[in-house]
Amino acid sequence: MRAFDTVTSPLRYLPRDHVDTDMVIRIERLVLVPRKDLGAYAFEMLRRLPDGTPDPACTLDRPGSEGAEILLAGRNFGCGSSREAAVWALAGYGIRAVVAQSFGDIFRQNCLKNGILPVAIGKAAHDALMARAEQEPAMQLTIDLPAQAVVTPGGQRIPFEIPAGEKDALLKGEDDLARTMARAEEIRAHFEAAEAARPWMRIDPGPLAEFTSDEERS
Amino acid sequence: MTPPRTLVEKIWAQHVIGAPQEGRDLLHVDRHLLHDLAGVISLEEMEARDLHVLRPDLTPAILDHTVSTLPGRGPVTTRISERYVPTMERLCAQEGIPLFRLMGRGQGIAHVVGPEQGLILPGLLVVCGDSHTTTHGALGALAWGIGSTEVTHVLATQTLYQAPQKQHLYRLTGHLRPGVGAKDVILWLIGRYGTAAGAGAAVEFAGPVISDMGIEDRMVLCNMTLEMGAKVAIIAPDQKTLDYLEGRPFTPTGAQWEAAKADWATLYSDPDAAFDLVREVDCSQIAPQVTWGTTPELVGAIDAPIPDPEAEADPARQRLMRAALDYMGLMPGQVPGDLPVDWVFIGSCAGGRIEDLRNAAAVVRGRHVAEGLTAWVVPGSTEVRLQAEAEGLDRVFTEAGFEWRQSGCSLCSAANGETVPPGARCVSTSNRNFVGRQGPGARTHIASPVIAAASALAGHIAAPLEAGA
Ligand code: SF4
Repeated sequence: MRAFDTVTSPLRYLPRDHVDTDMVIRIERLVLVPRKDLGAYAFEMLRRLPDGTPDPACTLDRPGSEGAEILLAGRNFGCGSSREAAVWALAGYGIRAVVAQSFGDIFRQNCLKNGILPVAIGKAAHDALMARAEQEPAMQLTIDLPAQAVVTPGGQRIPFEIPAGEKDALLKGEDDLARTMARAEEIRAHFEAAEAARPWMRIDPGPLAEFTSDEERS
Repeated sequence: MTPPRTLVEKIWAQHVIGAPQEGRDLLHVDRHLLHDLAGVISLEEMEARDLHVLRPDLTPAILDHTVSTLPGRGPVTTRISERYVPTMERLCAQEGIPLFRLMGRGQGIAHVVGPEQGLILPGLLVVCGDSHTTTHGALGALAWGIGSTEVTHVLATQTLYQAPQKQHLYRLTGHLRPGVGAKDVILWLIGRYGTAAGAGAAVEFAGPVISDMGIEDRMVLCNMTLEMGAKVAIIAPDQKTLDYLEGRPFTPTGAQWEAAKADWATLYSDPDAAFDLVREVDCSQIAPQVTWGTTPELVGAIDAPIPDPEAEADPARQRLMRAALDYMGLMPGQVPGDLPVDWVFIGSCAGGRIEDLRNAAAVVRGRHVAEGLTAWVVPGSTEVRLQAEAEGLDRVFTEAGFEWRQSGCSLCSAANGETVPPGARCVSTSNRNFVGRQGPGARTHIASPVIAAASALAGHIAAPLEAGA
């Protein structure tokens, strides 16, 4: 996972609440397009007209946003489906941080697992930022993770919260798996004790044969 | 003395491994439902990294998202199932994961198959690479959906990191009016409190409406609590839960069943348990609901005029409503009951269970689908299909002009090449009316199975009474 420290960049501006992950990446893309190529299809339904040409009304690719690494979106961004491909598509589209008023919880987790920083800021600060971004297409923001602040071109600092463990993992670019696997013995012992205390928790292998064979019951 | 705890806190405490780390716990996972789409993505990743599945015995694998539901289907009926089904079969065999076969009775939507086969039990920690895993809270399991990196983590370690969730309690009081079911209740709650109301919390439902409600309806309620922004939905197990579970293929038997029941008897929120939010909601006032927008919170009573964005104070909500009306091809003031319908979909993990099909069939019996309308029934599982066929429901539907299909996610996810055509208006018993969810340009109205059935007969959005049922 790529480490995150500080990013300064222009914005992809998306003035819309409740953008769901279906809207970030369509299902028929995620099932057939390799993960590394998903960026081309990020926000496809917003960025393109039905005939495939760019939609001039869409603010995401407006002049000034070239090379943007920060997405500025509305309330409850990334609600809906758990598809991590939404995050892969954003990454492929160049995004390294998303600033919004709030996030869908699974999407937020998926961001953290991919080195993308979800930044939730309060309504007043968010409204002001959205209003300014609408007026200034070439506006740049800095996201300073160590200091936990979004910094505007005028030097205004908007603080944001992030749990210490999540921050630490992002700063180090560290994923969980190796760390958990190092605890294999402790995990095994926990399972042994839990399964001894509540033996009904296990799946009885007895009935499985019927389900894993091709016979229909009827 | 242990301080009073919520139901979620009790189950959580039994699953924490070692000491909490930086505000999040490492939890052990009792059931990892692996479906074809999430499964192939993560199992291929594991293969590439030379990792192996730690507890295949706790990882029942199910084919739902990418399968075709065409009668007579096979593993390679579509380009998408061709990519996923054989790969899932190969990787599951390689890792020793029990895969419920495509043509076997255990096939179906993971959130339907898990409960109906007794794989999901109260007090278990259940995860699945699908957001509607909240469904399983209806049986008193602690269950939530996860993304691909987390799926891989669970496959490799049978554990998951999670920060404790905020705890919300919704006490549902009063009595539901005739013709009002779980789908109407949850749509009404989402309409009232919004799609972000859950804020990643664990939502417990309690109260007389829950006690009255059957288990399958509780599943619909918990399923769509995700659409309220919650991470977890849960209901304390009661006698109905035990009655539902007893005798299912994987439900414990004999001494294990007795031991399980003794453990489950402790699964309730203590009377003094502290919640971060408590809401008491009188459900007697709820009317049958139909969504008119592109998020489930844009919803109203079937006979209520669609609101005017101009009358809305918040500019962001105005924008949301305008974009939704535009996409849906609607005008403020129109009444859902006047809208002509092109498609009807009865199915999904939020409307394709046996009770849903029985309720819909009761509306349809002896009548006919309106001219020019396409109507599908997609049973939520092969077990549901076989049961419905044994009861003759398939004939009720096919004689009325519905298509009777094989089981899968079908028109809910549209991941399998099955889509509603652009511009077509569809009444759907699924859980999402997002832009393009049922296919590019498709216009989805979410409603209960009885409204979907009545709409198919009437040719416009209709309540069952209007259809003469
Ligand atoms: S039926 Fe729909 S909501 Fe349910 S698991 Fe399938 S795609 Fe998800």
